[in-house]
Amino acid sequence: MADVISAPFQSGVAPVRQRNYLTEPKGIKSWLTTLDHKRIGIMYLVSVMVAFLVGGVFALLIRLTLLNPAHTVFGHKLIDAQTYNEVFTIHGVVMVFLFIIPSIPASLGNFVLPLLLGAKDVAFPRLNLASLYLYWTGGIMAVTAIVTGGVDTGWTFYTPYSTSTNTAVSLMAMGIFVAGFSSIFTGINFIATMHKLRAPGMGWFDMPLFCWSMYATSLMQVLATPVLAITLLLMVVERVFRIGIFDASLGGDPVLFQHFFWFYSHPAVYIMILPGMACISEIIPVFSRKTIFGYRMVAFSSLGIALISFLVWGHHMFVSGQSQTATVVFSFLTMLVAIPTAIKIWNWLATLFHGSISLETPMIYALSFLLLFTIGGLTGVYLAALSIDVHLTDTYFVVAHFHYVMMGGSVMAFLGALHYWWPKMTGRMYNERLGQIAAVIVFVGFNATFFPQFVMGGQGMPRRYYNYLPQFEPMHAFSTVGSWIIAAGLFLTLGYLLASLRKPYDAPSNPWGGKTMEWLTQSPPVTENFEGQPIATHGPYDFFPVGTH
Amino acid sequence: MSSITTPVEGQDPEAVAHAHHDPNLRHHFATAEQQFDTVKIGIWLFLATEILMFGGLFAGFAYMQNRFPEAFFLGHKHLQQGLGTLNTVVLLISSFTMVMAVHKAATNKRKQLIVYLCITIFCAFVFLGVKYIEYSTHYYECMLPGKYYCNPEDPTGHQFIFFSFYFMMTGLHGIHILLGIVALSWLLRRAIRGDFSSSYYNPVDAVGLYWHLVDIIWIYLFPLLYLIR
Amino acid sequence: MDWLRSLILPPEGSAYAGQVDSLYMFLTWLTIFFFLLIFGVIVYSVIKYRHKPGDVTPHWTHNNWLEFWWTLIPTIILIFIFFWGLRGYVEAEVPPGNAEEIQVTAKKWVWQFQYPDGNRAINEVHVLVNRPVKFIASSEDVIHDFFVPDMRVKHDVLPDRYVEIWFNPTVAGKHHFTCAEYCGRGHSDMAGTLYVDTPAEYEKWLETGGIDPNMPLDKLGAQLHDSKGCSTCHSIDGTPGQGPSWKGVFGHQVTLSNGQTVLADENYIRESILDPGAKVVKGYDNIMPVFQGVLRPREVDGLVAYIKTLGK
Repeated sequence: MADVISAPFQSGVAPVRQRNYLTEPKGIKSWLTTLDHKRIGIMYLVSVMVAFLVGGVFALLIRLTLLNPAHTVFGHKLIDAQTYNEVFTIHGVVMVFLFIIPSIPASLGNFVLPLLLGAKDVAFPRLNLASLYLYWTGGIMAVTAIVTGGVDTGWTFYTPYSTSTNTAVSLMAMGIFVAGFSSIFTGINFIATMHKLRAPGMGWFDMPLFCWSMYATSLMQVLATPVLAITLLLMVVERVFRIGIFDASLGGDPVLFQHFFWFYSHPAVYIMILPGMACISEIIPVFSRKTIFGYRMVAFSSLGIALISFLVWGHHMFVSGQSQTATVVFSFLTMLVAIPTAIKIWNWLATLFHGSISLETPMIYALSFLLLFTIGGLTGVYLAALSIDVHLTDTYFVVAHFHYVMMGGSVMAFLGALHYWWPKMTGRMYNERLGQIAAVIVFVGFNATFFPQFVMGGQGMPRRYYNYLPQFEPMHAFSTVGSWIIAAGLFLTLGYLLASLRKPYDAPSNPWGGKTMEWLTQSPPVTENFEGQPIATHGPYDFFPVGTH
Repeated sequence: MSSITTPVEGQDPEAVAHAHHDPNLRHHFATAEQQFDTVKIGIWLFLATEILMFGGLFAGFAYMQNRFPEAFFLGHKHLQQGLGTLNTVVLLISSFTMVMAVHKAATNKRKQLIVYLCITIFCAFVFLGVKYIEYSTHYYECMLPGKYYCNPEDPTGHQFIFFSFYFMMTGLHGIHILLGIVALSWLLRRAIRGDFSSSYYNPVDAVGLYWHLVDIIWIYLFPLLYLIR
Repeated sequence: MDWLRSLILPPEGSAYAGQVDSLYMFLTWLTIFFFLLIFGVIVYSVIKYRHKPGDVTPHWTHNNWLEFWWTLIPTIILIFIFFWGLRGYVEAEVPPGNAEEIQVTAKKWVWQFQYPDGNRAINEVHVLVNRPVKFIASSEDVIHDFFVPDMRVKHDVLPDRYVEIWFNPTVAGKHHFTCAEYCGRGHSDMAGTLYVDTPAEYEKWLETGGIDPNMPLDKLGAQLHDSKGCSTCHSIDGTPGQGPSWKGVFGHQVTLSNGQTVLADENYIRESILDPGAKVVKGYDNIMPVFQGVLRPREVDGLVAYIKTLGK
């Protein structure tokens, strides 16, 4: 039996690869009816990038509106309070449901999961295509809602405001309902794939850690998203039929909505971060040329986070009127979820330490993640502490906290992984120098935008505020300038990534010297992924010469 | 760089060889058994999502019943327990015939498979028919969901909440019955075409599991809505 | 360390605020410590263990001792923080028996206060320093939130129940309060001033209602346009809002919802303030709060005078 061990660093060797998943079969119809997880992943990638762009433009508009208390730019008032409320709602809805939740799992995950496992496809390719169409349908419904009336409830849709306002809430909610099924089906697909389609020789603890985190994410997608579905359905039915479940004047309870909503939406935020952690677990060992420290604990901590995530939803509701007993219990459990999270950070640091580190773009993003997610996570501890949360909830402190974990965490990881797998997906190397520069620009811009928001929040600046006290103007202005820096970095990134597509194929099969199975096949891969069935004969992070361990 | 092309250790080489000729075997699976097991995992996960979705409704119902126990008690008395019982029996029969259908598919008894599928579909239609009768009655008595409720004899003022939940829960369940009819009809068409055999009956098995879930949800709905004390 | 505290937190309006701030500063130093630790390890590793060709890295797969301690220590710290936060929370949630009670009704987008003696106020409230006060709050429409940053208290204000928010203000002066639960267009305008008065100031306020008797009436009216929440619905530049703009109204004809037209004179303006439902302008809803008993006669005079100046 021949052995399968990836070659050490390759460069300059360009196998013949004109025949690959991109070039054949040809034609739009072949793409729209494809069952190839790689093509589906690419279509998702383009879609989530469009969503990111739309959400980002709305973010820039938010920050521009808050540049000064008069909301003027060169003397012209941009938008009024009602429009502003719609803008931040759309920013939130698009970013949460159409960008971050699908981003890593559906685009990169779809592409790379079967390759990491040495499989030919995901378990249910037709279900995968259905996922994509559901996502597009939900997205179109959401965009229609935006364009035909807007939505002004905030992405959290709290009742009774959401059941009484005149904006296009129902259509938006049904759009998210549909897109939610896309998420559920992806979760089902990934779990089944990991159970049954691992390459021979790959036991559960031989899988790359990306897979473990995606497994935990998929569990949450499968178990939590249906609760969102029923919550949105109930909200829409309440709007249309006035059934009385959330409406106080009919005997309902508006806080009940919050319980339903956060029961999904708290696990949802871990659905957003765990895939990011998955990417970090891949990038750090490769660019440190050292095996991951504490493989088992990293794997178990993913499951631990998924489990505890279902038990802490009430920490969004400490001042909402839920029982005090519940509040105390939720605070305690929230402290616990920090523990597996911290464990991961320690393991990644221990992987770096005594490694052989190079700072290509994926690694810069991964190191950014470590720093920014740390801040995000530690500020979460502030919010878990009861007396502190009473002061900080519904202020800019919370806005800063979640942007640090979602953007400083997930999005940095997404960008890092995008660069990491870009050669595999496209067969081209991006411009490394520009990549590094853009990564640093985004890092600087990000901190400039969001760090002042911690300070503002602590000082009492509430969130979702169009008007603000003059004392906050300097920090708001600074934050707005930061947003322009982020935009510059991201547009630069988009630019050089697209530019790389005009080159001929120049990426080797294994540009980074990784040990996982996707590097065994050509860049870009053939449609069947591998020539034959690869067998796992070594671990995913075995960075040492053959025969030494 | 090289990779493997020989058959894989631990797999029956004959099964793998046969696999390349099996028209029902999707290309990314090595054997039919692997495919069957995978489909089973997939359908069970899907059932879990359904349980959670209905679970939200059950939780909401429990909460509201706790708030307005008398309204819920009085409301449920307007439901026809006889018809509800009939529907329960009909669904249980259909679950039984579904089990038989799966069994027949697995043992190559095509004609009997078709018969059992037909009976299952027939039971589903009976269920929907009975629900139609019940809904009509409620319509005439103006016991409708939410703001459309206009039945005058309601001393509590909150009976409409009970009916809101009644219609939501039985409505969502009814939609699942309808979708089940669509799935069963698809199975029927494929069975008539001769697609199923003892070596390939995954879809029958999967739809069967789905159908059992729809039945079980009704088993919880029925006492909750019709038999409250 | 006070310089940092004053940079990132509002002034302390009560002894309780001081307690909250202690935990806040502890968390801040803890965060700084761990951030520097992690930053340090990264920077050190990136420099000292820079990739060189031919490097062989150690094959460390795990270390039980290290992993045990780096799990246990954070756990202990987190539980410690939990109890510290709990202690503060318990104190904030249990009002003392001798607290003065003030009713609060939130509605889009004003705060309405009612004192025990029946007096009412909008968007401002006076309390005595060093006397605990308990706000009993409810909403007339959607969920709002009563937030007093200097006191470090906040609670959602719900439409179907009463919630209690209490504090003991130890620092005299003006403190800001604002709505902290998104409630629509006027959310960021739904704010006001908490006056924590010394006994002398409190006496004076009880007598005069806090109005400067020498201020010209129209200037008083201009001030009240903001402080009493009129600006949430009535613009002064012609833009229609929830209510008609005040610009160009006085001295002109007004069409009412019942089709009649009336002249907008002093009596009309006065009636519109004290009994807004009597005549509703065509195209607007009858949602204006009643200001009878809320505004003192001089304040009503001031508003009439101000609206007069906008009539041209």
